[in-house]
Amino acid sequence: MASNPYFSLTVLFTAALGFGLAPLGLAWLWARVFSPAKPNAVKNDIYECGLESRGDAWMQFHSAYYLYAIIFLIFDVEAVFLLPFAVAFSGLSAAACGAMLVFVLLLVEGLAWAWAKGVLTWQ
Amino acid sequence: MDEGLKIELGKQGVFVTTIQELYNWGRRSSIWPMQFGLACCAIEMIATTMARYDLARFGAEVFRPSPRQADLMIVSGTVTKKMAPQVVRLYNQMAEPKYVIAMGACAISGGPFKQGYNVLKGIDRYIPVDVHIPGCPPRPEALMQAFMTLQKKIDGQHLTGEERPRFLDAEQQGEFPVPVQGEHDLEPAFNKGVWTVPVVIR
Repeated sequence: MASNPYFSLTVLFTAALGFGLAPLGLAWLWARVFSPAKPNAVKNDIYECGLESRGDAWMQFHSAYYLYAIIFLIFDVEAVFLLPFAVAFSGLSAAACGAMLVFVLLLVEGLAWAWAKGVLTWQ
Repeated sequence: MDEGLKIELGKQGVFVTTIQELYNWGRRSSIWPMQFGLACCAIEMIATTMARYDLARFGAEVFRPSPRQADLMIVSGTVTKKMAPQVVRLYNQMAEPKYVIAMGACAISGGPFKQGYNVLKGIDRYIPVDVHIPGCPPRPEALMQAFMTLQKKIDGQHLTGEERPRFLDAEQQGEFPVPVQGEHDLEPAFNKGVWTVPVVIR
């Protein structure tokens, strides 16, 4: 049996499995023997900063919020790329600079579209 | 185990312990408080966690934003009657074993607002308090003293026997009734299992 090439692997696998399962088993045993569960209605209630939860969590959000999501994306993505662009600006070639300007212009175009549509005015 | 024998063995380089000691050592070295401040005492509590006083020395710097993960509730400040139900509900939602430090004059008795209509005269009317700290507000040193007192208390808890604490005893109650706003006062005015009206001796 010990001559089997997989023998050492089996031993290691069993040890690894035991290493993982033994703490879980011990924790389960400890909980069984020493820490009785005391569930009740207040304890099992939804945690809401101490306040009683009201209403349903499965409510719908208005689909018009997609505009805010898009505008957020414009500024968010822009800021992420503007920072490394500014840092590496002095060492950039004209082509790289042009590519970056195209990218920024695309986002500005989106912003201009949103502005023209009147999204930026709060209703 | 005999203390003298233990010290003798320690001198020979042999370290002995019991499961109970190991368990209590683990618990007292990682008391995670709940991130929850009520009034001006909370400012002192925050100061205690910062670099100068460094609560991390007690393993208690991990303030948890959820009662499910917290071991200790520091009632730091004035408990108004509007706030009391929330405090009691949060205590209920903490997992056992749980401890309470009532910090400051307001939390232990109502303090300067005791005669007012809207302040609870001590949080110990609704939940069992382990350590009371007087002071208005108590200094960070006082809070650390309370931590050390609590650690001593945890160290002295037994796993078995009649003296074992509530969380090890399946028979003892685990629910503390949450008071509701009545017509004139919170109802009930206090939890009978936790607090009794003190007898005034004149």
